[in-house]
Amino acid sequence: MPAMDEAAREFLVESHENLNQLDRDLVALEADPSDEETLARVFRAIHTIKGTCGFLGFSKLEALSHAGEGLLSLLRDREVLFGRDIADALLAMVDAIRRMLASIESTRTDGADTYTAIITSLRGLQNPVAREQRADSPAAPNSPAGRGVIENTIRVDVDLLNRLMTLVGELVLTRNQIVQLIASGKEPAWTSAAHRLNLVTAELQESVMKTRMQPISNLWSRLPRQVRDLSATCGKRVRLEMVGAETELDRSILEAIKDPMVHLVRNAVDHGIEPPEAREAAGKRAVGTISVHAFHEGGQVHIAIEDDGAGVDPDLIRREAVRRGIATSDQVAVMSDHEALNLIFLPGFSTARSVTNVSGRGVGMDVVKTNVERLGGGVEIGSVKGEGSRISITLPLTLAIIPALIVTCGGQRYALPQTSLLELVRLEAGAALRGIESMHGAPVYRLRGNLLPIVFLGREFGAAARSTRSARAREEDVNIVVLRTGACTFGLVVDGIEDSEEIVVKPLGRHLGKHPVFAGATILGDGRVALILDVTGLALRARVMGEEMAREPKPAEVAATTGEAQTLLILDSHEGGRIAVPLSSVARLEEFPRAAIERIGSREVVQYRSEVLPLLRIPHLSPAPAGESDPGRLQVVVYSHAGRSAGLVVDRIHDIVEECVSLTRSDDSGVLGTAIIQKRITEVLDIPSLVRHEAPEIFGTPVRVEATV
Amino acid sequence: MPEIQRFCTFTLAGHCLGVEVERVQEVLRVQEITPVPLAAGFVHGLINLRGQIVTAFDLRERLALPRRPAGHSPVNVVIRHGEESVSLLVDEIGDVVEAGPGTFERPPETLEGPARELIRGAHKLDDRLLLVLDTDRTLDGVADGR
Repeated sequence: MPAMDEAAREFLVESHENLNQLDRDLVALEADPSDEETLARVFRAIHTIKGTCGFLGFSKLEALSHAGEGLLSLLRDREVLFGRDIADALLAMVDAIRRMLASIESTRTDGADTYTAIITSLRGLQNPVAREQRADSPAAPNSPAGRGVIENTIRVDVDLLNRLMTLVGELVLTRNQIVQLIASGKEPAWTSAAHRLNLVTAELQESVMKTRMQPISNLWSRLPRQVRDLSATCGKRVRLEMVGAETELDRSILEAIKDPMVHLVRNAVDHGIEPPEAREAAGKRAVGTISVHAFHEGGQVHIAIEDDGAGVDPDLIRREAVRRGIATSDQVAVMSDHEALNLIFLPGFSTARSVTNVSGRGVGMDVVKTNVERLGGGVEIGSVKGEGSRISITLPLTLAIIPALIVTCGGQRYALPQTSLLELVRLEAGAALRGIESMHGAPVYRLRGNLLPIVFLGREFGAAARSTRSARAREEDVNIVVLRTGACTFGLVVDGIEDSEEIVVKPLGRHLGKHPVFAGATILGDGRVALILDVTGLALRARVMGEEMAREPKPAEVAATTGEAQTLLILDSHEGGRIAVPLSSVARLEEFPRAAIERIGSREVVQYRSEVLPLLRIPHLSPAPAGESDPGRLQVVVYSHAGRSAGLVVDRIHDIVEECVSLTRSDDSGVLGTAIIQKRITEVLDIPSLVRHEAPEIFGTPVRVEATV
Repeated sequence: MPEIQRFCTFTLAGHCLGVEVERVQEVLRVQEITPVPLAAGFVHGLINLRGQIVTAFDLRERLALPRRPAGHSPVNVVIRHGEESVSLLVDEIGDVVEAGPGTFERPPETLEGPARELIRGAHKLDDRLLLVLDTDRTLDGVADGR
């Protein structure tokens, strides 16, 4: 770009701001033509553009804005009345000005197009319409209302602000270092100086951060126009409400949620709100309402987009998910409506057009979710069929300095963003080994009755695996950090938990920029570098994300039944039916490579914890040898009683559920009864009696035993 | 190479290597290094360079040379690479050496493995061979690492 002189640059910046305001004001005027203050503001904005561009020599732009000004002055004097045709012409003018400004920015001329059609229509509308004259507007066009603000404001280059932010970041780190150093000494003078340094730094940090804050209205200013245009195209009538437009966000976050925000509002118009006839038929007002809300709460920004449209039918989503191969019919059958709704955030769901038509929503919802999560936020959808939908977004206030929890693993420290943190669980030595159970090789922990998938940070990092494992073997305390990303909650086992600290996020170099598990790095109080864990990336890598939805126990179903909840292991029988085994009769779940099977006489055995574990194949339950779904691995449920163990070969472990089941007793030996679990008829097996029957030489003659763990 | 060049030299498993002096930002001795799990093997870790986080590459690993014996702490040669600074871990830092086109030759046949790609050639100095490291190739190759 050729060097642009200061005046022209100033003009561009100012005009862009004015145009965004114009869009909003014109739409507002269309709704309420009597709003004189808004009209005056519109007039001033165009007047300013006209004056400045004449001065700078952009004659085409001057001609266009002159035509607009002429019409506006008649409007202001009530010579003509504001109507839809006038709004259309003025908005077209705003668009044309925008294009010219873009041209000025790139080529330093206002382009070849003279926009004669728009000028003609602006002139055409200037014929005074004979109407009753209202009382003359008393408001002077140049009301001094805005003066104070203007005089107290200066423009600052964003790069300069970013540099200030970086420096403050450095200062925060140095402060942390010094405060730490001085805390270890005993010099009172130093201590009080450190205290002051601490306070001043905190205040400076806050102030600099505020310079980067912008009200969300900057982002929302274009929404009224978009809603207006889109609803006209779709043949809908939509009213847009904006609540909390003054809510401030860091500009980097504002920038990042611009597209998702526009997208969600467009979705609401396009797919949420029904056509007027349909609305009236459903007993609603013909004009649909979309409301966007923003507010601060708990150190986060909450944004919601709500419509009173048709809502999303979870059953349609279920069917579509199955049709698209995103989930199986079994999986969707057991999902709550809320979970089914959240399927629209999955990538496969969003891209297809037909889905949009059927389900009502979906294009690019995965992109919205990814964008928001990349910022350390979350997005959720709630919807009531026939009543409307609500999409809630939570975002951190700023990206540059975040509160984080410092954890250790393998002798290294890692920072976990507080926004993902739900709680900390500490299992005392002794409880630790039993606390974390294995569900078919996948470790889980029962957190208040819900199964929490467990990820061992050390194991994920491979090299450091030893430390975690030996800690468990030595029966040390186990620290679980419960994290949440999107709809996925999981427990991260770390070696130790240190302090919470404000950390300055620094990007990783180009060579590590695409690292799957780290979002950046920071410098801790002692000057050492610590990596910042990307919770979403970690969940994806550990593959706890996505599966969790189907695995989570359904609170609604549990509540619906009475009696005491018990935990059941759900297995697929090789004949296609479902089988459940009370978890209380299962010592553990193991997986062996097929090659590990040895033989003693006619019995298959494997070596297990330095002992011989006989394998049992039980009719109904176990597949025929070599008939397993995974030919290389053998899934085994280990049963122990009176110091002896046996392994039951099973085909596939499907799930673990905690449920209150009402059993229909069965007379078959080895079967406790049948029950409906997750909407499917399931046989609940009596493992002790089955095992005794299958291997009397190991477990002796049938005696009444309590299940052992 | 039309004129005399100045090289910052260092040793690596008995070899003498050099990079153009203008690429070198600074040389740092002992630095606390934070390892990066799951990164490629030659990413040795991160160091704190006055508040800037710099990735340190193990040059021995990159050139498929034997590992540095335990107890030998490497030296950080911080070089400019595009917009950012990166650190190359070497055994010992040497002198700045001047060499002209007259002493330059294409890579010797004795060079094997990745070094063939990454060594631009050698200057035949009086007492030794100075291998000229192609820093861009060395680092750009890394970007496509695991």
